[in-house]
Amino acid sequence: MPAVTQIRSRTVALPAANIDTDQIIPARFLTATSKAGFGKHLFADWRYDGDGNPKPDFALNKPEAKGAAILVAGRNLGCGSSREHAPWALQDFGFAAVISTEFADIFRTNCLKNGLLPVLVDEKTHAWLLANPNVELNIDVASTTLTLPDGTAVKFPLEGFAKYCLLNGVDELGFLLSKGDSIAAYESAHL
Amino acid sequence: MTTPRTLFQKVWDDHVVVPETADTPAVLFIDLHLTHEVTTPQAYTELRNRGLKLRRPDLTLATMDHSTPTRTEQVFGGVPIAVDSAAKQVKQLEINAQEFGVELFNLQDSRRGIVHIIGPELGLTQPGKTIVCGDSHTSTHGAFGALAFGIGTTEVGHVLATQCLLQRKPKTFAINVVNHLPAGVTAKDLILAIIGKIGVSGGTGYVLEYRGAAIEAMSMDERMTICNMSIEAGARAGMIAPDATTFEYLKATPRAPKGADWEKAVARWSRLPTDAGAVFDRSVEIDAASLVPMVTYGTHPGMVAPVTGSVPASGDAVFEKALKYMGLAAGQVISDVPVQNVFVGSCTNGRLSDLRKAANVLRGHKLASGVKMLVVPGSQSVKRAAEAEGLDQVFKAAGAEWRESGCSMCLGMNGDLVPAGHYSVSTSNRNFEGRQGQGARTLLASPETAAASAIRGRVTDPREFTH
Repeated sequence: MPAVTQIRSRTVALPAANIDTDQIIPARFLTATSKAGFGKHLFADWRYDGDGNPKPDFALNKPEAKGAAILVAGRNLGCGSSREHAPWALQDFGFAAVISTEFADIFRTNCLKNGLLPVLVDEKTHAWLLANPNVELNIDVASTTLTLPDGTAVKFPLEGFAKYCLLNGVDELGFLLSKGDSIAAYESAHL
Repeated sequence: MTTPRTLFQKVWDDHVVVPETADTPAVLFIDLHLTHEVTTPQAYTELRNRGLKLRRPDLTLATMDHSTPTRTEQVFGGVPIAVDSAAKQVKQLEINAQEFGVELFNLQDSRRGIVHIIGPELGLTQPGKTIVCGDSHTSTHGAFGALAFGIGTTEVGHVLATQCLLQRKPKTFAINVVNHLPAGVTAKDLILAIIGKIGVSGGTGYVLEYRGAAIEAMSMDERMTICNMSIEAGARAGMIAPDATTFEYLKATPRAPKGADWEKAVARWSRLPTDAGAVFDRSVEIDAASLVPMVTYGTHPGMVAPVTGSVPASGDAVFEKALKYMGLAAGQVISDVPVQNVFVGSCTNGRLSDLRKAANVLRGHKLASGVKMLVVPGSQSVKRAAEAEGLDQVFKAAGAEWRESGCSMCLGMNGDLVPAGHYSVSTSNRNFEGRQGQGARTLLASPETAAASAIRGRVTDPREFTH
């Protein structure tokens, strides 16, 4: 996994609360057997009309959203299905970070496993970001700080091990494999 | 004197391989890894790329459920699976299971079914186990006093390779259900009411423990319906203390411990319930006696109302957007909502007792004009048992379709879809936009409410038929 240290980008905002993973990537696209190419189906039912044409009023289809790598979404982003295809689709589309006041557990875990940074912010910062889409933000992983355009620094929580993995591009499977002796000892004690 | 512990804490403590520290999460051992065709292919690719083996094939089971067809001719009749990519995915699971040595119930296997139906059916789901699956409804297995939760595909790879996961310990949340459910009010109604009360993210970061008289009185099938939807409240898992009901269910299953091992297991399982005086991080009380049948009216399971009530009002823009999608308005009487589609099945309500309950309402009636009803057993074993007691005949006589097992119309991956704009009373677990098909309007309810609504062609209180 490539290291994630700093994300500097404009934002795009989807203010709806409880955006579930069925919206992020509808189930009919889950029959794929590789991780690649889900970006074109990201938010498929919100993004395209019945004929497959982009809906011009959907935030991700607006010209100012082009190149934005930070998605600001309403409370409880990623609820529902455990499908990791959701962060795969967000990343494949070009997102490097997602911001909300609350993330669903499995979605947050899946994001971190792929180096997609979930940034948890307070209500006030969140409200400002939703009211002011398409602003330039800087997110620094080492200091767990989000910097607003006026220079205001907002700290965000990030579990220590996840932070270490992001900063060093370490994936957790290597760490788990290094615990092989402990796992074998547990197995022999619990036959 | 030892500190009193919760059921969750006991199961957690028993599975810690390496304790958590400030810098690193705990390494937690997994006793049972259930797998299916949709969330595993990329994990097997990762193992292959790294030259890794499956650590514990003996603790891993694979089935096919999500993208599999339910039409008999596509399952048994040699007719190709209609959805090409689904056919390819099913084939890929066969290749992966063969290469890595995983026991697989393939499309024609008589033991195949929805992953959360077959684990308990086989007796692989047991009290005190840690159980994971690349599926959020893994919470179902918590009904047996197991710690069971859904994981993503990367974590599926972790478990395949190491039989372990890295986990921070979640908090505990007691859902105390006092008194008993009134006649005609079901486990599905209770869990919908609980989600309505604590909200769709009310359980985030917690493992729920359902407690109290109404829970203790429930069958295992009903307890599974409850635990299944824990994830719809955002919870990591839901658990119920094992008791005589649990043991009686398991004793008849093929893979439960036998003989002296059974006695030892029961003794071990009997020590699992939460100790008197154990402290939960949070708790809430629900009065079961106050409940009536519940139906959702919106686009998440927390938007729920009594079947006897009406759509509530809210100034919230997201709420308004949900109502617009559903084609409903505040103040609209729930029982006036027309129904064109009814689905009975899924890991929430696809067990034998669920089919019996739907059939009991439907017996001697016909579907209302314009209503299409699909009944999909949760497993091939449920299907055979239902046919043995003639339930299939009840459904067919009423005008419903009777299919092979699978996830089917719960998520519409296999071609079983609700047409755009149609109202679908569904016994499944999610009413998200497009969940049952693009533009489909899902109303979650119990099997009884689904059957009653099929007869009337509008949302119907099942007590009109059973009382």
